[in-house]
Amino acid sequence: MIRVTRKCEFSAAHFYHNPSLSAEENRRIFGKCNNPHGHGHNYVLEVTIAGEPDPATGMVVDLKEIKDLLQREVVDRMDHRHLNYEVPELAGQIPTCENIAAVIWSLLVPKITRGKLDRVRVYESPDLFADCTADGDASKGSRA
Amino acid sequence: MKVSLTRRYRFAASHRLYSPKLSEAENRRVYGKCCNPHGHGHNYVVEVTLTGPVDPATGMIANLGELDPFVEREVIDAFDHKNLNEEVAEFQDRVPTTENLLREIYRRLEKFPAARLERVRIEETSNNSFELLTGED
Repeated sequence: MIRVTRKCEFSAAHFYHNPSLSAEENRRIFGKCNNPHGHGHNYVLEVTIAGEPDPATGMVVDLKEIKDLLQREVVDRMDHRHLNYEVPELAGQIPTCENIAAVIWSLLVPKITRGKLDRVRVYESPDLFADCTADGDASKGSRA
Repeated sequence: MKVSLTRRYRFAASHRLYSPKLSEAENRRVYGKCCNPHGHGHNYVVEVTLTGPVDPATGMIANLGELDPFVEREVIDAFDHKNLNEEVAEFQDRVPTTENLLREIYRRLEKFPAARLERVRIEETSNNSFELLTGED
């Protein structure tokens, strides 16, 4: 089996705030990420598809199709947006890189028709990223 | 699906690879220039991967407000700008190869209470990295 990874970037604003917690608890838990004016990141998304190369094309998947898919499903949705206000899939969730990765996984899973979605990695910065993978533990799937 | 969180940290330290169980000639043969008596140093990168449920209240597997100070205290303060052979108790009788350093850092990080440690990876240089996965050691 071969794993193929396509990368793309999007820039977005967010802040962390849980309305069911007090202002003080929000500040304690989220620190400067709680600043209500928001802040932003250049997110880097890596999407990995696993499968066997098609003997006719030598490809696991056509990366042009993946490029277009990521543009449509992720970049058009999230790039230069405010993740708290403008991405319905994240509504009611704190837009951490864990939750963003899970949302992107859920958006992409039904759209991958050749190969199998193996991993979604979202870098919030070069030193922080979340991975979403299939592990056969369906009980965790409902979070996204 | 399963979600994990990875955070990268850095420290700089010196070391010398030398085993008292080997002769001088064997040390030189095995460790080469890493055996030079005055030691040398690296900019180490430590990649820490945690898994566990994402807390719906915070959207987080682990709060970096807790993880960062923990890693700072347990790993960075202990190793940064130190001589691993001379100043870290665990390497008094163990060669500070990155394999041994990895096991020691894993042992320290395993105590993080808020999520499950899944993996520790250390880059000794941009060309050499070492990885330990929970359950495989």
